[in-house]
Amino acid sequence: MELKVDRIIIILMDGVLYASWIFLVAIGLTLIFGVMRILNIAHGSLYSFGAYVSAVFVLAYFRQGLWPPAVFIVIIMAAILTGFIVGPLMERLVLQRMYRKEISLQLLTTYALFLILEDVMKLIFGTSPFYAYEPLFLVGTFQTGGITYPRYYLIIMLVAIVCGLLLWLFMKKSAIGKQVVSVIHDPEISQIMGLNLPKIYVITFSIGASLAAMGGAFTAPILVVVPGLSVEVIVISFAVVVIGGLGSLGGAALGALIVGVVRAAAVHYLPVMELFTIYIVMALILLIKPLGLFPMEEARKI
Amino acid sequence: MKKNLLFFYIGFFVVFMILGLLLPEWMRYILTVALCKSFVVLGIVLLMRNGLVSFGHALYFAFSAYSIAFASRLLGITDVFLLLVIGLISGAAISYLIGLLVSRYREIYFAMITMAFSMAFYGVLVKAYRVTGGTDGLHIPTPTILGIVLSPADWRLLNYYLALVVLAIAVFLLVRLVDSPFGFLIKAVKQNEIRVSYLGGVVNKVVLQTFVISGALSGLGGALITFNLGHIDPHLSYWTVSGEFVFIALFSGIGNIYAAIGGAIIIEFVRTYAFKYAPYTWQMILGIIMLVVIMYSPGGLWEIIQRIGKRYFTRGASTGGLKDG
Repeated sequence: MELKVDRIIIILMDGVLYASWIFLVAIGLTLIFGVMRILNIAHGSLYSFGAYVSAVFVLAYFRQGLWPPAVFIVIIMAAILTGFIVGPLMERLVLQRMYRKEISLQLLTTYALFLILEDVMKLIFGTSPFYAYEPLFLVGTFQTGGITYPRYYLIIMLVAIVCGLLLWLFMKKSAIGKQVVSVIHDPEISQIMGLNLPKIYVITFSIGASLAAMGGAFTAPILVVVPGLSVEVIVISFAVVVIGGLGSLGGAALGALIVGVVRAAAVHYLPVMELFTIYIVMALILLIKPLGLFPMEEARKI
Repeated sequence: MKKNLLFFYIGFFVVFMILGLLLPEWMRYILTVALCKSFVVLGIVLLMRNGLVSFGHALYFAFSAYSIAFASRLLGITDVFLLLVIGLISGAAISYLIGLLVSRYREIYFAMITMAFSMAFYGVLVKAYRVTGGTDGLHIPTPTILGIVLSPADWRLLNYYLALVVLAIAVFLLVRLVDSPFGFLIKAVKQNEIRVSYLGGVVNKVVLQTFVISGALSGLGGALITFNLGHIDPHLSYWTVSGEFVFIALFSGIGNIYAAIGGAIIIEFVRTYAFKYAPYTWQMILGIIMLVVIMYSPGGLWEIIQRIGKRYFTRGASTGGLKDG
């Protein structure tokens, strides 16, 4: 009995950790979809871009021998910097030409961006791995269920919760956030009412990009940063947003938790079926709720 | 088929027949791979005429490849025609099963859910290494033809012609299909589903049937590429492979069947050379080509050919049986 409880604690811990960082990627994805109606395949590349920039910054910071705890500010800066540089570039140069185009063209555009960004990262950061473990060792460990965990895991969870809350507050309270919400509901009417649509698109895309980069930046210390990180992230976060309902922030949170825990359980009980179980759960949820748990409301088109 | 179209059709394949004898072996090999991929591209083109984009067609391709691998390794079936039928049926069967769920969805959901299934299959292939050989993949013995055992070199030559003949049959049937009442129904579903259902058509059924046809085509392609490679690995089911298929379909333009074959060949050669001369940036090169095509010629290669055709030949070029996208 004791053993079983331990195992459940381990699964929950793993699941929630995984859910936290996949949530950071998925809310950006779902936010961008809500506003621009584009599902950004290159979103995973923003995640690994964030991871690379953060690893480089962290290594450089520790080489300087500065006050160690401030490294978390460096990580956050790395994420925001990545998001607000790469994001607007992608949006202004490419994506803004694709709004209201055919869905196959939009998908392929972001897929092309994904291919390009993957190689751009190889050109900038090289192909050798980055190890930026210092922040992980900095905060020490704690014990639950007979297993020692790095406290750093708790920091990742905290970051996910704080980012989720900040985004929610931004959408509910700030002027720009309210404009974003109105664009989600009806871009045409919003524009007629005088909103600057291109500006809102750029801001939303940069915020979404920074969130993905934040996920990458904070997971960089617990991973080896190598080329090809983006792929798993993007494929899993698609499952998360589809489960939650495309365009729904609450849905992304619940979807991330479901995917995280299901994945952790699969890893412990049926390692062969890791990816498979996630998609089976997704298929089952879609059988009951065809557009995910919290779908966006849309009028029927005739 | 109209008379001039029939000439075009025969001419198209005769050129390839001759090419098979003239080209050096490595080029014929790449050409065979391109022909195999064009089966899947044709399947995707058919679905696109239905207004749907599948980002997971690598699944039917890979499922057929693995079915054949197991049939030849476990059951000892080596006859090429039998294996081809197995590939066709397995592609159709798995796409029917998945189509039951997927045919209810449209647009982005359709694309994502098809992709999810192909990645799920990829995950199983990688993890169940005792059965599937994991990322090492499986070796497939050279098939026999009516009991005759061939040397690998002879086999590859034969496989080129086999792919060509099967492709010719598939194209013939597809052109017939597109001009049939069912073909018009496919197009009507893209234009307006609600009107189709008011006229008595069952939209989801049409989508499911189209999906199964395209799955069967992908199955054929998977079977033929397995014969050609002699070795398969889980990468066949990877989502970037599906992405490449969709890209080829769009690059060629969905207005014409022959353009899809031409597009598959061009992309295969571009990929081979890009990979050879720029091993670290070949993905970027493909991506940039993709962006340029999407931005400046969203109708693909076919649109460019049509533009040239309109400028120089006022009577217009052959449409290959498909009049519009």
